[in-house]
Amino acid sequence: MLSIKNLHASIEGTPILRGINLEVKAGEVHAIMGPNGSGKSTLASVLAGREEYEVTEGEVIFQGKELLELSPEDRAREGVFLAFQYPIEIPGVSTTNFLRTALNQVREYRGLEPLDAVKFLSLMKEKMALVEIDQKLLSRSLNEGFSGGEKKRNEIFQMAMLEPVLSILDETDSGLDIDALRIVSNGVNKLKSEKTATIVVTHYQRLLDYIVPDFVHVLYKGRIVKSGTKELALELEEKGYDWIKEEVDSTATV
Amino acid sequence: MSKDNQILEDLNSKEYEHGWSVNFETDEAPLGLNEDIIRWISTKKEEPLWLLEWRLKAFKTWQAMKEPEWANVHYAKMDLQALRYYSAPKQSKKPKNINEVDPELIAIYERLGISLNEQKRLQGIAIDVVLDSVSVATTFKETLGMLGIIFCSFSEAVKEHPELIQKYLGSVVPMTDNYYAALNAAVFSDGSFCYIPKGVRCPMELSTYFRINAANTGQFERTLIVADDSSYVSYLEGCTAPQRDENQLHAAVVEIYAGAHAEVKYSTVQNWFPGDKDGKGGIFNFVTKRGICAGDHSKISWTQVETGSAVTWKYPSCILKGDYSIGEFYSVAVTNNYQQADTGTKMIHIGKNTKSRIVSKGISAGKSQNSYRGQVQVMKRAHNARNFSQCDSLLMGDQCGAHTFPYIDIANPSAKVEHEATTSKIGEDQIFYCNQRGIATEDAVALIVNGYAKEVLNQLPMEFAVEAQKLLALTLEGSVG
Repeated sequence: MLSIKNLHASIEGTPILRGINLEVKAGEVHAIMGPNGSGKSTLASVLAGREEYEVTEGEVIFQGKELLELSPEDRAREGVFLAFQYPIEIPGVSTTNFLRTALNQVREYRGLEPLDAVKFLSLMKEKMALVEIDQKLLSRSLNEGFSGGEKKRNEIFQMAMLEPVLSILDETDSGLDIDALRIVSNGVNKLKSEKTATIVVTHYQRLLDYIVPDFVHVLYKGRIVKSGTKELALELEEKGYDWIKEEVDSTATV
Repeated sequence: MSKDNQILEDLNSKEYEHGWSVNFETDEAPLGLNEDIIRWISTKKEEPLWLLEWRLKAFKTWQAMKEPEWANVHYAKMDLQALRYYSAPKQSKKPKNINEVDPELIAIYERLGISLNEQKRLQGIAIDVVLDSVSVATTFKETLGMLGIIFCSFSEAVKEHPELIQKYLGSVVPMTDNYYAALNAAVFSDGSFCYIPKGVRCPMELSTYFRINAANTGQFERTLIVADDSSYVSYLEGCTAPQRDENQLHAAVVEIYAGAHAEVKYSTVQNWFPGDKDGKGGIFNFVTKRGICAGDHSKISWTQVETGSAVTWKYPSCILKGDYSIGEFYSVAVTNNYQQADTGTKMIHIGKNTKSRIVSKGISAGKSQNSYRGQVQVMKRAHNARNFSQCDSLLMGDQCGAHTFPYIDIANPSAKVEHEATTSKIGEDQIFYCNQRGIATEDAVALIVNGYAKEVLNQLPMEFAVEAQKLLALTLEGSVG
């Protein structure tokens, strides 16, 4: 579904990603872990098409299409969803209104009729139950005055509504207490299917107790330096990142 | 930032939708302004002597006045002698009702999306249309007449209801009030008049639609709304003009009188031609609007969505004379390219327990300058006066300006006055967030701006709100990356 080949990206001339290779197939969950500043969030942002990052080399094929050639909105319409680490506030625009605009633009791109108010509302009801979100929250201004947990839950709700093919969760666990973490993870798990894939970007193993990955990759200095199964995450939890840093740094200096 | 600039450049391709004009035979005054022209207008309109004298007195006062320069707007002054002060479409005889109006005129308004045919009109809006200097049609007159409501052109009101005009004309905005108001008093040609009798709740929205068609012509209309005790009316005003290279002057006066327990809601969606991308042409919109809450427990509410005009100078105000009276001002002012707006309100608290509320949302893009200027004045005997003001500014790009000039003048220590102000920029973060959910940039800007202006747009009647939302999006099309 997703094939990243030798991806290099920089911000304001400073290289952050330095040759990422990753294959993600439908039905899989991949976890991207790594110390702070290793490029995890950059990878998520580059895939979503954030303007500040310049891709200097490499290619990304998503369902047969050159992802990097597409505008951010077209990537979303093709089925790429990014759950933001810091969801953005939009005053005066309710989540409901925001999502209706988004969903109908996505549908238009896919050649589908826009959903009328009745159908849209019944879809909302169905998805609300899935991620245990309160209707009151959805009629408030998007993310404005939301608690950390509410913001993240709202991200997952949007994901449920837009039914993406590839979901990228950027540090979705940060700032969540254990109950919120459980609710958010449950939502993600319920949305998984054989046709979709998930990339979970996280610093801590904790989230992976709830969203169990098929593969774990360790990102360091802009490259994937180690890949394994969920046992790798447990090992990292126990030993920290230093042993990997040492391993990489000693070979790099040769 | 580079993308910002690029998109701002793209804006150049955007055109003003109502920029066309139509050629038809007109009845025009000679160019220039002097006593003879004023007599000419007055004779043309078959006015009574008292009105001619009123005009001439205003003209005398005006001659001694200077064009105000305190506003935060800069423009080359107009040569007022090069303007024409009267232009009217030639009609063989005065139409008695809408069926007798020249089909060519009806076609103009159809093209603007305004149907004068009562059967085709949306239920619930009566409309008076003013083309250049004269009112060409008023709809639903009979229906309103059954309730005793008078809604007609100003000229007609002078003839049919002289006692009302004589009583209220200039009672809220005196002819000597300011430079443009005095000019208007001297040369005004037409406008709308509306009277709601005691205890009547007007069952439909009343509306005036202004259009400047002729070149080198100033439009000077007067609107007078009188809401007698315990009555209610909601009034809408819309306007457009053709795209021309030279500046055109629009200097209107609106007066509102509200008796005890009466309520008047006045909404404007202003879409005059704003000039081209280089700041050439466009309307100078120098308007005086004021309402008086004369009776106890009366209420006047101004809502304006200002998207057009090259230069706007406009301060819809409320004189809160009656005890417990309420004044409100809700405004969204958008400027783009080289537009300049200096707009706001005055709330003058005279009566006891009077309340006012000001919500102003400025949006600046391109190289435009957008100023809020507001005054809250609490007089000595206005015990327990309350005011809440909120002035927000939204900036798009890095070449525009937003300014706030609040004046607060309190002479009674029991007053409670609150002022809040914010300035923000449409963030690339916000746009990216929308993009990531599949929303195109243009639509994202529209969504964000409409969210920002929501508090004001909510005050507009339904159909107007939809139009205003579209207009906001159109005005700002392509102004952010």
